[in-house]
Amino acid sequence: MNGREQVKVKNLFWISFLSILILILVWQFIVSSGIVPSTMLDSPLSVIRLFFDKLTNVNPDGATLGAHVLASLQAILLGYLLALLIGIPLGLLMGWYAVIDGLVRPIFELVRPIPPVAWIPLAIFWFGIGMTGKVYIIFIGGLVPAVINAYTGVLMSNPVLIQMAKTYGASKWQIFKTICIPSALPMIFGALQVALAICWTCLVAAELLASDVGLGYLITMGRRLLLPKLVILGMLMLGVTGFIIGYIVDKIERHLVSGLRR
Amino acid sequence: MEEANRDIKEAYKIECINVSKSYNYGEKTEVKVLDKVNIKAKENEFVVVLGPGQSGKTTLFRLIAGFERPTAGEVYVNDKKVASPNPKIGFVFQKYMLFPWKTVIGNIEMGPKLMGISKKKRREIANYYIKLVGLEGFENYYPNQLSGGMKQRVGIARSYANNADILLLDEPFGQLDAQTRMFMEKEIMRMWNQEKKTVCFVTNNVDEAVFLADRIICLEGKLPGRVNKIYNVDIPRPREFTDIPFIKLREEIKNNMELIL
Repeated sequence: MNGREQVKVKNLFWISFLSILILILVWQFIVSSGIVPSTMLDSPLSVIRLFFDKLTNVNPDGATLGAHVLASLQAILLGYLLALLIGIPLGLLMGWYAVIDGLVRPIFELVRPIPPVAWIPLAIFWFGIGMTGKVYIIFIGGLVPAVINAYTGVLMSNPVLIQMAKTYGASKWQIFKTICIPSALPMIFGALQVALAICWTCLVAAELLASDVGLGYLITMGRRLLLPKLVILGMLMLGVTGFIIGYIVDKIERHLVSGLRR
Repeated sequence: MEEANRDIKEAYKIECINVSKSYNYGEKTEVKVLDKVNIKAKENEFVVVLGPGQSGKTTLFRLIAGFERPTAGEVYVNDKKVASPNPKIGFVFQKYMLFPWKTVIGNIEMGPKLMGISKKKRREIANYYIKLVGLEGFENYYPNQLSGGMKQRVGIARSYANNADILLLDEPFGQLDAQTRMFMEKEIMRMWNQEKKTVCFVTNNVDEAVFLADRIICLEGKLPGRVNKIYNVDIPRPREFTDIPFIKLREEIKNNMELIL
């Protein structure tokens, strides 16, 4: 245990609750008292009112809140899964087969230091404004950690186990299948959250610049229409949605890891 | 020329003739680990290589197993010059080296599986050796759920299951506590009596060597490793640590080792 003073769990809940409550009250106070003008910040109450209004109202940004959330979810799921589905096998193969490593590595190293967001203009040229471009940016963002972790995982396989499998007469492919992939699994699981965080950032960036629907787009519209409450609503929805997706991926990861240990 | 020097009157399972091994670190630094080592093991013989740490024991085993080539000299296994890792040799490591994601039975089946033996047949083989090493009831445990002694039993069963006819055990009980170690020494004797193999066993423990060996090969205490002395142990089995001949031989070896250290 650390030396920190221990607080009862029940008390801890109320302390945390109080902290949020104070934040909201202060926020409400500085807006309604006129300390901060409404062009800079809207009150929490008006954000809540807007939330319920946006559930059914498509104005002023062209879609209901549900449609925005759905569009963002669709993009992140497609891009993230695509990145894992291509990145992990690619990284595994690069880790084990020197020829594939030699072929792919130079291109990969060339792309790696370019922030995925820098691809947005090209993505607009290629795919226009819409879903495909968003998915592409998210995919590029998630690909890098997926490849690197799978690759490193294979390199971390115990050389003695590999040597032993060789004495049993195992082929290179058999060793890859029976030793390298299981050895790499912990590293691959580690990549799930890392890739998700990057993909989520990429999603928002892509939606801010190259989209006509989605939570990032909602924020941009709020800025253009000088509606801080629309921006805040978009941000809060991004926080909540991101938290839920992260939670689900974490659950899946735990399930897989415990399946591994059993 | 080396060929002509071989003793062809008697068949050996393992024969190391003037084996030397050096490693190069960088341009100039050459470390000589083994120097003209001669070792022979007959079929079903229990040979113990005794030497303190840093005397080239593990390197010797790696050469016999075919993981590496000697710098000079020859290594023969089953009258064939060793050129590549040999499936006829089972290696048991000090640090267990089990597949952590496989169960006990999965670990033992691994060799037969990679050699393409059918599922039914390899299950049969695995169950047989699980019984031999006394791991019934633990078939579906994972290595991290096992004690050190049990892990080493899995390692031994794995080598047997692989149909190895030579077992190389590299300080297999080095990581066990004293009591488990003594128990495992008796166990390995029991297994070996039940299912004879040619065994090469590395240890730095004199008691262990005298308890187990048909022959003890003493290495010198510092690099490069050289054979210092060979003892033929003819104390009848089962041996007791308190037998008079046991104690006599142990003292003799201990005195000798103090001299070479």
